[in-house]
Amino acid sequence: MENKMDKPNGPVAAALLAGGIGCAVLGVVTFANQVMPTSAFSQWLVWYKPVGALAGKSSVAIIIFLLAWAVLGLLWRRQEMRFGRIAVISFVLLAVGLIGTFPPFWLLFISPIPLP
Amino acid sequence: MSMDYREVWTVIHGMIFGLIFLLGFSGAIYALHSLRQDWQTQQGLERNSRNIKIYLWVLAVCVWAAVLTGTYIVYPWYRATPPQGTYDLSAYPRYFLISSAATEGWHEFGMEWKEHVAFLAPIAATVTAYAASYFGPRLAWRTQERRAIMIFFIFAFATAAAAGLFGALITKAAPIQ
Repeated sequence: MENKMDKPNGPVAAALLAGGIGCAVLGVVTFANQVMPTSAFSQWLVWYKPVGALAGKSSVAIIIFLLAWAVLGLLWRRQEMRFGRIAVISFVLLAVGLIGTFPPFWLLFISPIPLP
Repeated sequence: MSMDYREVWTVIHGMIFGLIFLLGFSGAIYALHSLRQDWQTQQGLERNSRNIKIYLWVLAVCVWAAVLTGTYIVYPWYRATPPQGTYDLSAYPRYFLISSAATEGWHEFGMEWKEHVAFLAPIAATVTAYAASYFGPRLAWRTQERRAIMIFFIFAFATAAAAGLFGALITKAAPIQ
């Protein structure tokens, strides 16, 4: 059996935090789009008309997720990180993604949901 | 007994890719949970970690496929705008649902949540699959890391389940035709 600690946890910490960042970005972008549906930002999110702004929202989140993963992965590729702290931050970011994509949360700021 | 082109894609999206991910969850989470150095032999850890890696990547690919087919193939049919003067909205599910106070919640809560929350699942599932691949059998000693990626995978399941549940209920209320 190989040494249990012969691989640093940095790359996995990077993936975890990048996943959290990607989810949080989706939450924030979705929230911004829903509370300001006629803004220039919301119009910019329409990357593919048959899908509407969902194409831009999801693509931005995926691109940020991949970019964050690449950058953090490069920075932490040989490091042993304090995983617990990074995990907690990642879970908070997942929660931001969940809250930002939850329609009743938008309704605290707008009423009712307008159709694009 | 037949299905048209749109129904076939709806089935591929939800009943094949989506269902494989949801059904595969329990096996994957138990496999991760049981990847412990005090539960398995060295040979068992090496073999199981290899199987878990393949299993998690298959599930991650399925949930990506479910989300992408749903967004770029099925969703445009759901949100298609009816021509002016259309009285029968049954071929335009979004407009059909919002045309009545009794059904508008299916769109304004159900579909609005489903279409967004679904994208959280493949991101979290990919992170889980990568972590299991990276550590391999070493995950048996990495308790903190194993627990964290299990939480990510549970999150992926919960978000996919919410999306799948609302997908099924909305399809029942206003099928894609």
